[in-house]
Amino acid sequence: MHVSGGGGMANGRGLRANGDPLWLRVLLIGMAMAVTGVLIVIPIVYVFVQAFSDGVGAWWSQLTEDPDTRHSVLLTLSVAPTAVLANTIFGLAAAWTLTRFRFRGRLLLLTLLDLPFAVSPVVAGLCILLIYGSQGWLGPWLKQAGVQVVFAWPGLFLATTFVTLPFVARELIPLMESLGADEELAAVSLGAGPWQLFWRVTLPNIRWGLLFGVIQCHARAMGEFGAVKVVSGGISGQTDTMPLRVEKLFQEYNNPGSYAVASVLTIMALATLTAAWALEHWTNRRPTPSGKEH
Amino acid sequence: MSITIAGVSRRFGDFQALSGVNLQVPAGSLTALLGPSGSGKTTLLRIIAGLESADAGQVLFDDRDVTQLAARERGVGFVFQHYALFRHMTVAENIAFGLRVRKAAAADVNQRVQELLRLVRLEGLGQRLPTELSGGQRQRVALARALAVRPQMLLLDEPFGALDARVRQELRGWLRRLHQEMHVTTVFVTHDQEEAFEMADQVVVMNQGRIEQTGSPQQVFDHPATSFVMDFLGNVNVFHGRVTAGRLEAGPIRMAWSGYTQDEPRNATAYVRPHELEIDRHAEATALQATILQVTPAGSLLRVRLLAEGYGVELNVDVVRERADQLQLRPGEQIFVRPKTARVFMPEPEYVI
Repeated sequence: MHVSGGGGMANGRGLRANGDPLWLRVLLIGMAMAVTGVLIVIPIVYVFVQAFSDGVGAWWSQLTEDPDTRHSVLLTLSVAPTAVLANTIFGLAAAWTLTRFRFRGRLLLLTLLDLPFAVSPVVAGLCILLIYGSQGWLGPWLKQAGVQVVFAWPGLFLATTFVTLPFVARELIPLMESLGADEELAAVSLGAGPWQLFWRVTLPNIRWGLLFGVIQCHARAMGEFGAVKVVSGGISGQTDTMPLRVEKLFQEYNNPGSYAVASVLTIMALATLTAAWALEHWTNRRPTPSGKEH
Repeated sequence: MSITIAGVSRRFGDFQALSGVNLQVPAGSLTALLGPSGSGKTTLLRIIAGLESADAGQVLFDDRDVTQLAARERGVGFVFQHYALFRHMTVAENIAFGLRVRKAAAADVNQRVQELLRLVRLEGLGQRLPTELSGGQRQRVALARALAVRPQMLLLDEPFGALDARVRQELRGWLRRLHQEMHVTTVFVTHDQEEAFEMADQVVVMNQGRIEQTGSPQQVFDHPATSFVMDFLGNVNVFHGRVTAGRLEAGPIRMAWSGYTQDEPRNATAYVRPHELEIDRHAEATALQATILQVTPAGSLLRVRLLAEGYGVELNVDVVRERADQLQLRPGEQIFVRPKTARVFMPEPEYVI
């Protein structure tokens, strides 16, 4: 950097932002606040205002008295964690493979890993329908075997897993890349077996990244709508997850019910987000892990 | 335990890291693998440890073929350049790791950890985390961790490369003494010839995936087998020239050389070490006139940098102190320089069809 060029930097008196005129700073910060408020804060607050407009008692009975709504909560709480578990195992395996081995097609695999983020969830749902549906590729064979995938729990699981596939792997790959393989090689040369290596060396080093990936994955899995909508078939009390239930209640002009479920979904998301935020805050305060100095 | 490397090759994509390497490391020896980066020395070390696999060839510990044996079953202590300490474990837990994965009894583990902390002079630091230690201390923990499982051999990859000069000097002496006490077969990788010569009883000079020369430090230094070894051992004056009928003419050097007696001239390179050049105030027949550029005291020597204008080459000359005091050399002065001896290497002729 040119010493003469930076103005504020050169005399070490702080950041360049201090050089911007006050009106510009107020304008930019104000605009950022306004956009966040209009697009994010107001709708979320409105959901709660609507949900609790008839009091907490009414809100509670909306949630508990409708068996279909109760079922949707349980369904989401079984589909989302299972998908997260699958993606945790997959993410660990993928991150390990992609960071510890150099092989032909590695870059392709790395790119394919991002595909679920790029493809529309509706398309993903449609693909599952085309493969596992009764008219689909594996449909007749599945029917003979007596397994129902589409319009049932396995379909919901597949759709959710597909959409949230990259979260854990994406979190772990850069982390494991930066950690390097030396500690693992040291453990191997000291006589550690594969499981000892994973539990005693790799996992302790990646635990925060892994947990962060799992939390993000879970938040997304609970809220998934598009892909699940296509494969669920919308059978009330059977294949409606919470996001689908919100929509269905709304379509049936049951606004209080719809808002009640939406508020619970939002609370779950906010709780997850808070956990992630706390985790990030806490890990950043820890002394940076090192042991690798050049 | 001795190590035998027989015809080991390794390729990474288009890069031939090792090609047909043969090497014998005697039991109880301290061997240095010396070479520039990319010469394959680290790859060879990792193949001995089982952390890397060979495409071809065999690795034998004594008479046992361990080529197919997994790293964790080879009983090898490995020390990494950047320590590779387990960052979430304390010093004591790091040292205990090898014993714990082998399910050793807790009492034995504690006793052994204390023993090793004493050995590497880190008593009382067992509860520290690696981040709370200096580089030299970390490397000693890495050594203790490797030694805890009583390995049959110790392999070190540029063990002191990341440390500053003073600590490096200290640790070299310490490791040398440690080796004398324990007599465990030790192989270390380095690109620093001084380190290799100071510590090792066998030096293996490597270049482009091959071994150029193996021998004691004295042998390698006094009788370099190839021009690469001569060059790499560093700080040498190089003169390109030719030989004809037993006479060498290379820059200022004119001397008899019996290595080639035919009449047809051939290219040759003469190497003269700094201490093999003699500085004089008076002209002699074979002497070469030069201007002093720089005079640097270095311990018992005076390092003199010269410019031989007649040939446009810079020369490095080491003068012993007594002689330097006689000569009273100053930058800018004109002096005469004469090679006492030279080593000549003749490249294989390139035939043109």
